[in-house]
Amino acid sequence: MAMAIRVFLLSLLFLSFADHSFSLYEDQAGLMDWHQQYIGKVKHAVFHTQKTGKKRVVVSTEENVLASLDLRHGQIFWRRVLGANDAIDGVDIVLGKYVITLSSEGSILRAWSLPDGQMVWESFLQGSKPSKSLLSVPINLTVDKDNVILVFGKGCLHAVSSIDGVVLWKKDFSAESIEVQQIIQPLGNDKIYVVGFVGSSQFDVYQINAKNGELIKHASAAFPDGFLGEVLSVSSDMLVSLDSTKSILVTINFQNGEISFKKTHISDFVEDHSGIADILPSKLSGVFAVKINTLLVFIRVTAEGVLEVVDKINNAAAVSDALSFSEGQQAFALVEHVDGKVLLTLKCSHDWNNDLLKESVEVGHQRGLVHKVFINNYIRTDRSYGFRALIVMEDHSLLLLQQGATVWSREEGLASIVDVTVSELPVEKAGVSVAKVEQNLFEWLKGHILKLKGTLMLASSEDIAAIQGMRLKSSEKSKMTRDHNGFRKLLIVLTRAGKLYALHTGDGRVVWSLLLPSLRKSGSCEHPNGLRIYQWQVPHHHAMDENPSVLVVGRCGPNSDASAVLSFVDTYTGKELNSLGLVHSVAQIIPLPFTDSTEQRLHLLVDTDKHAHLYPRTSEAINIFQREFSNIYWYSVEADNGIIRGHVLNRNCIGEVVDEFCFDSRELWSIVFPSESEKIIATVTRKLNEVVHTQAKVVADQDVTYKYISKNLLFVATATPKASGEIGTATPEEASLVVYLIDTVTGRILHRMAHYGSQGPVHAVFSENWVVYHYFNLRAHRYEMSVIEIYDQSRADNRDVWKLVFGKHNLTSPISLFSRPEVIVKSQSYYFTHSVKTIAVTSTAKGITSKQLLIGTIGDQVLALDKRYLDPRRSVNPTQAEREEGIIPLTDSLPIIPQSYVTHALKVENLRGIVTVPAKLESTTLAFAYGVDLFLTRMAPSRTYDSLTEDFSYALLLITIVALIAAIFVTWVLSERKELQDKWR
Amino acid sequence: MGVTTKEKDLRLGFSVLGFPAYSLALQLCFQTEFRYSESDQDSKIQFSLEHAFGDSDFSPAGIFNARLKTWNHGAQTLTKLRFSRNDFTEVEKEKFQNLLKGDDFYRIRLPSNVLISPGPGREYVISSVKARCLPRESLDEHFVIHMEGVNILAVNYGAPGACPHPRQLKLPAKWSFKSHTVLKNSEQAPRAPVFSEEILGETAEGEVVPPPERSFWAKYWMYLIPLGLIVMNAITQAMNMPEEQGGGQAQQPGAVQRGPTPAVRRR
Repeated sequence: MAMAIRVFLLSLLFLSFADHSFSLYEDQAGLMDWHQQYIGKVKHAVFHTQKTGKKRVVVSTEENVLASLDLRHGQIFWRRVLGANDAIDGVDIVLGKYVITLSSEGSILRAWSLPDGQMVWESFLQGSKPSKSLLSVPINLTVDKDNVILVFGKGCLHAVSSIDGVVLWKKDFSAESIEVQQIIQPLGNDKIYVVGFVGSSQFDVYQINAKNGELIKHASAAFPDGFLGEVLSVSSDMLVSLDSTKSILVTINFQNGEISFKKTHISDFVEDHSGIADILPSKLSGVFAVKINTLLVFIRVTAEGVLEVVDKINNAAAVSDALSFSEGQQAFALVEHVDGKVLLTLKCSHDWNNDLLKESVEVGHQRGLVHKVFINNYIRTDRSYGFRALIVMEDHSLLLLQQGATVWSREEGLASIVDVTVSELPVEKAGVSVAKVEQNLFEWLKGHILKLKGTLMLASSEDIAAIQGMRLKSSEKSKMTRDHNGFRKLLIVLTRAGKLYALHTGDGRVVWSLLLPSLRKSGSCEHPNGLRIYQWQVPHHHAMDENPSVLVVGRCGPNSDASAVLSFVDTYTGKELNSLGLVHSVAQIIPLPFTDSTEQRLHLLVDTDKHAHLYPRTSEAINIFQREFSNIYWYSVEADNGIIRGHVLNRNCIGEVVDEFCFDSRELWSIVFPSESEKIIATVTRKLNEVVHTQAKVVADQDVTYKYISKNLLFVATATPKASGEIGTATPEEASLVVYLIDTVTGRILHRMAHYGSQGPVHAVFSENWVVYHYFNLRAHRYEMSVIEIYDQSRADNRDVWKLVFGKHNLTSPISLFSRPEVIVKSQSYYFTHSVKTIAVTSTAKGITSKQLLIGTIGDQVLALDKRYLDPRRSVNPTQAEREEGIIPLTDSLPIIPQSYVTHALKVENLRGIVTVPAKLESTTLAFAYGVDLFLTRMAPSRTYDSLTEDFSYALLLITIVALIAAIFVTWVLSERKELQDKWR
Repeated sequence: MGVTTKEKDLRLGFSVLGFPAYSLALQLCFQTEFRYSESDQDSKIQFSLEHAFGDSDFSPAGIFNARLKTWNHGAQTLTKLRFSRNDFTEVEKEKFQNLLKGDDFYRIRLPSNVLISPGPGREYVISSVKARCLPRESLDEHFVIHMEGVNILAVNYGAPGACPHPRQLKLPAKWSFKSHTVLKNSEQAPRAPVFSEEILGETAEGEVVPPPERSFWAKYWMYLIPLGLIVMNAITQAMNMPEEQGGGQAQQPGAVQRGPTPAVRRR
């Protein structure tokens, strides 16, 4: 019996090795992978420094993250990532122990424990009408000894208990047509004022009893000029707003239920006032700031409601809220940019000319302008007040400034990566100094002796720690040169802020960063956003001395018809080489498979008018392009109309200006999906740079099938419009999902297949000759994954060896897509437990290594699944030959093996994409997953069959060899001697 | 719009003509005459094929006639498609020859819905082929019309066979069309396999069953080879042994000779 168990365990062990080729040991974590945690661009920040203990700041961000940061070092104490539709509108701290967040447009209020981020309570606030959502925590307002949180959201005012989140009372404003702007709770008063506009020209005030929510008084007054924009409360009974022309400041006094307006022309304050004025939303108590073009005007409101200008500051960047730091003293921060430095000024609200603090801090010019500032005070050792400021920069980074220096900074731009590409590192220059070599040699020897000790189990615990430390931060993997195996590369990432970062794949550090000048807000480009990065110049062969560069394509505005901007960036130095502001828009970018003599890749930019523009704009490029002119086809997907069109180049553009780099296109084919029954929900193509090792696939019984490998295949999934929403909104009878394989040159539908009773979201990946896609099966109430493999039948006759010998095969004949395709398609479906955020596939240098699917699960992890599980040739009982080929017996669901999580114990919060990059070593691929966090690992889908593992002990091997050689010599000498003795005997 | 209501209906519907259940394929030439009985639910419809030469505008090129069959569950499908192709006029011939010379595209289009005559708002489905692919004996063309009820999703147009690259300039011997038309409907995707408990148990047991018996050699080769080596070694040793004995005898005459000594070795 014991024997049987032992055998069983052994076989289990063996199976675990055979199946999950990616699992790793505990001490290997962090060896080949790195993980970085971010939070995103900060929207709100609340400091918690009053009590002794850990000084922290609680922030909420645009990535819907709530985090508590250490004020000393900027590390994350805890972090909670809310869902994508759960944007945080307000954050505050109550009772000194709970963090309160209001999210989902004012409908979810949550309390989190301040020390550890555990959720304490959560309450769903009901409401009917979408409205502004406001969170306010009055300082001294209690109902039955319970601190009250006032929340306005969805047209209702709620008073919520801060202890357990129970709604104490509720006042519904949805019946009234008021658009609530502010909730004002004067100090030491049981009244709440709810103010807002009815239409655009009536102002209403509701006075409410804070104890029970009863309406005390309602007053309204008409303002015929109309309001525009927000109101700002200046004091407890005074509001400021702008009229509809944005040229008159309106002060609203609503004391004692009497509403009075007072108009002041902005031109009274500012001579030659032109342009639009805006009131900054900073709460400054008694003072408010108006921004007119670049000028910031601070205006004080006296008790009588008279406005007087306090100061005018040009080019101010940001203003913080007022902070009361001692008895009746209030201060706020003003940030300006002076000579490339950030000038932080702390002003006292009541005594304008007295600056509490004036510091100039160098923050680095690659961070852009200051967008937000939050301040906090502390008491210095000499009992005076000190201030620290948390600033949010244009590139989304977060910095803490204190005593004229940057205490810490966080590169939060990396939480919002838009696109990723890869660049090789420079080749190592010959000629390394001898001292360095000696140093290296000594280190090398020491390291290997330590490793040897570890292998021979002689190492003490300190030695083991030293070995582990050495493995984790081996200098080898973070070098700035190309390595033999191609593991070291630069990841060039474009973030939403328009900043480029180069991350080293070895340890994930930022090698350089560049806030692209062309993607910054300017007069000609109002709302720039980065779209994609492409490899512009990848020098190899004859242009080795050139640095590689990338092309960043952006757009001046949210719509696709906005004009495009191009930027070319050197990937070694991180300098912008050139930038172009284009006159045309950009709808599609097509990297062409041609390069010029300096290895610049030709790119075709298609604008919204279906004109194609060639870049680079050189005569050499146009010559290369003309040669391939008739072979360039592309397609466009109009998802809204349900049309896919194919295009071909026609002739040069006809316009007023002769532009030889601009070409007309003509429509070659179109596919029109009936709008009442099909809606395009996903389109996927193969990666352009994918390498396929062989077209032939040897199947069981020495048979050969030929993969249909075409770069011009498009996978399209359509769903019934009813069923293209959330899961559960459609019944199985009315939902269906149709998938297509379309040839994008001729518009042929090569395969079309319907999944009845299924719906999206569809996540798909296309590689070689197969597509794997993930969707929801409404009938089975489960997620499913399907695979489609497409095989070429026109080459199927080439099996005969004699045909190959006598050259009667058609393997070398050119393929024309205008021929009628002879393809067969195989398909199979399986259940899959998880819902999926994204799917990618591993890619290797030569395409020999078997593939794994990288599935970004709903738990923000990356799961590696062997492609062998998604093989349409799987059957319940594979034959012996099929088993030998590696076909797994068919099961109804795909296995999720815990060891095959690539991210092991880590999470990539808000996972958005996975990028795989082939290393030079065939067996290995780099997988980079990004979301709010970043994660990079090195994977070997079929194990590292072509190299020794990193912790292989060369010393042991050497010693063994030396020992063997010595033994050979010794035995040889001995035997010689013995033989001699024998002979003399 | 639903061919989707019940799978059974769908099967019934398409197997009426005796064709495979899902891909309703009508291979017919335009000259062939069909006779069919009139039925109340069926109605005749026709829609036109239009063509364009290179960049020119589209002009009528032929008429598709079909019967619109309405099934009990409300779905409508096209059956009995007939195509009458207009021959090229002289002008069109000339245009086509220009296309052949320039290796340009011959384009065709169909309305995206067979019931609604295409107006400004309605879309056409377009397909095109290099003109040099078409000419053989006559002009051979092949239409694959992808249908979804009464909607035409796409039409794939081209030569019925291969169109070898590089395309040679070749004029057709006969300026008449030989058309083949295939109607295609969506096929159903394979379902995820469903195993009943029984089968699961069986497979689970199947795993326990030892793998099939391998041959003796396949099982024990790793032992046999060293064994063979040892045996061979032993044999050579045994062969050499007498030699050594012989050599020894030369020095020790008193010893008993145990085997024949072929040669006395001198050192």
